[in-house]
Amino acid sequence: MRPLNRVFGVLAATGLLLAAGCSSSKSTNTAATAPASTVASSAASAVAGGNVTLNLVAYSTPQPAYAKLIAAFQKTPAGKNVKFTQSYGASGDQAAAVIAGQAADVVEFSLLTDMTKLVNKKLVATDWDANPEHGFVTDSVVSLVVRKGNPKGIKDWSDLIKPGVKVLTPNPFSSGSARWNIMAAYGAQIKAGDSEAQATDYLKSLFKNVIVQDASGSKALADFVGGAGDVLLSYENEAIYAQAKGQAVEYVIPSDTLLIENPVAVTTTTKHPVQAKAFVDFLYSQAGQQIFADIGYRPTVAGVTSTVNKFPLPTGLFNIGSLGGWPAVTTKFFDPTNGVITAIEKSNGVATTK
Amino acid sequence: MASVGIGGSDGTVAVRGNRRPVARYGLRFVALGYLLVLLAAPVAMVFYRAFQHGLGPIWSALTTGEARSAIEVTLIVAISAVVLNTIFGVGTALLLVRRRFPGRHLLDVLVDIPQAVSPIVVGLALILVYGKFGFFGSWIERNGIKIIFSLPGMVLATAFVSLPLVVRSVAPVLAELGDEQEQAARTLGASSWQTFRRITLPSIRDALAYGIVLSLARSLGEYGAVTVVSGHVIGKTLTLTLFIDERLQNFDEPAAYSAAVLLAIIAMGSLLISRRFRARSRSVV
Amino acid sequence: MSLPPNSALDDVSGPGVLARSASPISDSAVPSWWAQRSGKNSRGGTSLGLGLVTLYLSFLVLIPLGAVVWKSQSNGWSAFWRQVTTPEAWDALKLTLTISVGVALFNLVMGTVIAWVLVRDDFPGKAVVELFIDLPFALPTIVAGVVLLSLYGPRSPAHVNIAFTRTAITVALLFVTLPFVVRTVQPVLIELDRDMEAAAASLGASPFLIARRIILPNLVPAMLTGTGLAFARAIGEFGSVSLLSGNLPFRTEVSAVNIYNQIQSDNPVGAAAQSTVLLVVAFVVLFALDRLKRWGVHRG
Repeated sequence: MRPLNRVFGVLAATGLLLAAGCSSSKSTNTAATAPASTVASSAASAVAGGNVTLNLVAYSTPQPAYAKLIAAFQKTPAGKNVKFTQSYGASGDQAAAVIAGQAADVVEFSLLTDMTKLVNKKLVATDWDANPEHGFVTDSVVSLVVRKGNPKGIKDWSDLIKPGVKVLTPNPFSSGSARWNIMAAYGAQIKAGDSEAQATDYLKSLFKNVIVQDASGSKALADFVGGAGDVLLSYENEAIYAQAKGQAVEYVIPSDTLLIENPVAVTTTTKHPVQAKAFVDFLYSQAGQQIFADIGYRPTVAGVTSTVNKFPLPTGLFNIGSLGGWPAVTTKFFDPTNGVITAIEKSNGVATTK
Repeated sequence: MASVGIGGSDGTVAVRGNRRPVARYGLRFVALGYLLVLLAAPVAMVFYRAFQHGLGPIWSALTTGEARSAIEVTLIVAISAVVLNTIFGVGTALLLVRRRFPGRHLLDVLVDIPQAVSPIVVGLALILVYGKFGFFGSWIERNGIKIIFSLPGMVLATAFVSLPLVVRSVAPVLAELGDEQEQAARTLGASSWQTFRRITLPSIRDALAYGIVLSLARSLGEYGAVTVVSGHVIGKTLTLTLFIDERLQNFDEPAAYSAAVLLAIIAMGSLLISRRFRARSRSVV
Repeated sequence: MSLPPNSALDDVSGPGVLARSASPISDSAVPSWWAQRSGKNSRGGTSLGLGLVTLYLSFLVLIPLGAVVWKSQSNGWSAFWRQVTTPEAWDALKLTLTISVGVALFNLVMGTVIAWVLVRDDFPGKAVVELFIDLPFALPTIVAGVVLLSLYGPRSPAHVNIAFTRTAITVALLFVTLPFVVRTVQPVLIELDRDMEAAAASLGASPFLIARRIILPNLVPAMLTGTGLAFARAIGEFGSVSLLSGNLPFRTEVSAVNIYNQIQSDNPVGAAAQSTVLLVVAFVVLFALDRLKRWGVHRG
């Protein structure tokens, strides 16, 4: 009494699965049946006559910027009929996803090492940074985000290690943003004249005050806005975005802080290199950089200013090069077994066992 | 073996405890207090926050393009997973209950495995097999099929976590019912298909419905496994649960809470519906 | 969901049912050629069905899980061990197991109490409580996190803020494992034969003695089953915990979160190694439970 229906049923189900998989590979829209609409128009299939879909995979924070950039790009002749899919997440997450096969035509990350991972896997060409901006499409600075009115009076790095101050920063082992934050804190101490050992001690004290480490910069900001902590270490542009969204926050830029540089590139696996490059060129253009600037990113191209945001130049601005560059810093500080930060986190964890 | 009685309030009033009201009230207080603090109050809080400003904001939050895609994606993924698992579930239940074969007990145990696997491990496992650098990765790439970071991968992840539910709903009822009717049908000349369609299926109808509703609820709400294999492509591979996550990160608490409440209502609704089916399936026996 | 987590075979392991579901050849009065035909069909059908079911299980569950184990040792067993014992991973594992055991044991007690109250007690609104015990089962884990965060997080109107602490992990795990023990113990309680209790009571035994000597022993297998399931669920929980706990390495980071981080940091071997450990722990628990159930059935 073997029900034949099950045979047919399983075959049908297998067929369904394969069909879903095949049809999703034919069109660059992944939904098998649903005409899900995106930011771009919900026009016909992506394959027909000249219509192109670019897959943008980026770290978490520029999501609102890209909403505007894509719309603006589509108004240009180069961007006509180009549709986009967008994916945002923690910088490291996204890099890992692209390496694992997620479709991507244009990628932007929070830090250089995530782009380097892709270069090493030949997913991005080795000359991706051969332009005047060295591949960096936006800049920002590490800033201290506080509640409106700055009730705890936080002005500088030294205020962060005061007892009772609750600090938020993402998890440095998954978030690019967190690494910028930590190196800014460290570098600021060095710049102020501390030795390496003293700067490391500062970090130890800082981590004692950290109450939550989210996976990404955006999550950390969301938590802060949701009421957690007194101060958030974050990009300046994150703070500007939160303010623009009506959140009751302010930000302070310490005089000694780190220049954040975010790389963008076209992938080697793109099926539409022409349009992808056109989009990246647009990001570097005056129009594109203006959009970035108005949202809160510091432009990397000269001559672009924003009427909306002021970008004061911190007197003690330094970049990661002065600390040895990302490859060296990553090994020294963020190695999961021997890194300086690993040791600090561990010692704090053990000391504060509840 | 005794069948499980009709779950739920059977109206028995404790007779024994009358002599020790302190104990009875004490236990009741502890139990209800615990449930209030852990379950009722937080759920009520979410509903309050979501409905604070009336239905309007919720409606507009859930009808944005992105929300609608999330709902569509969720439905596609969940229903596909449920269909797969229903077919598998009925077949496996029939096998386990009506057949004897070497490894029968092993199959029984294997079906339960998904209950013990962390959702994150589910995602990792699927990537290791169906991802670009997985076991079948090169074959998949060569044939242009997209599984991971696309809907099929999410269907697999969801099917994995809800695998045992239909089997476990149908099998006990099948066992209790016995197969005399099916045997009788066969001796009267019915084919396998006819027997199944006319005898077996109607008799397990309520249990099957129960299992399907369970499966659906579980599939609609999966988060951990799907977040690993999804790719988080806005409007394409975000389910409602991932949508909640994404909205929280964009300071869109109203949208996140609206979606959360929607899922909570679906969960409660499915509890109500499944209870009815379960009661009916038990009463048939 | 009020799904009895008992094995499907529980009901068929008694001799009577097995005989019933055995091949009908011996029992029926049909011509032998007919019986043989249907007998052959059954055997062929069984093989086909079994083959398909095995195929589905393999491609969906067994091969992927096998891949995890395989990947975990793909750089050798010493690398496996190294990945499991990195400071962060090891700490996460210890934290996960410790809190999960605590939560499971707490559920053992609390779940039994709740089941007792639901079966032996009566009060207005009991039907509603009965229904919503299963809510944690049906609720998406991230919604559970949102739910707990709204009342016990930074914006709690009751000013109870446990977010980003180990307490938060405990609360999240208690929430998601709530139904397990309740739903395994409840059916047994319902089926319990009251005669023995009545007899003992009439002989003068106190309710406590009755509970301890007569009722509890009958409940123990179900209690243990539920506890084991709660434990297995707890060690793997991700959604609610990651939202509530703050994921502080060495302080509130659980294994599932660490595994997720390893996946995203392009360290599949590390992720697979930790996953294998979690799988082994869970399987050992499941296996032990299965043994226990069989032992309990043969005893009872």
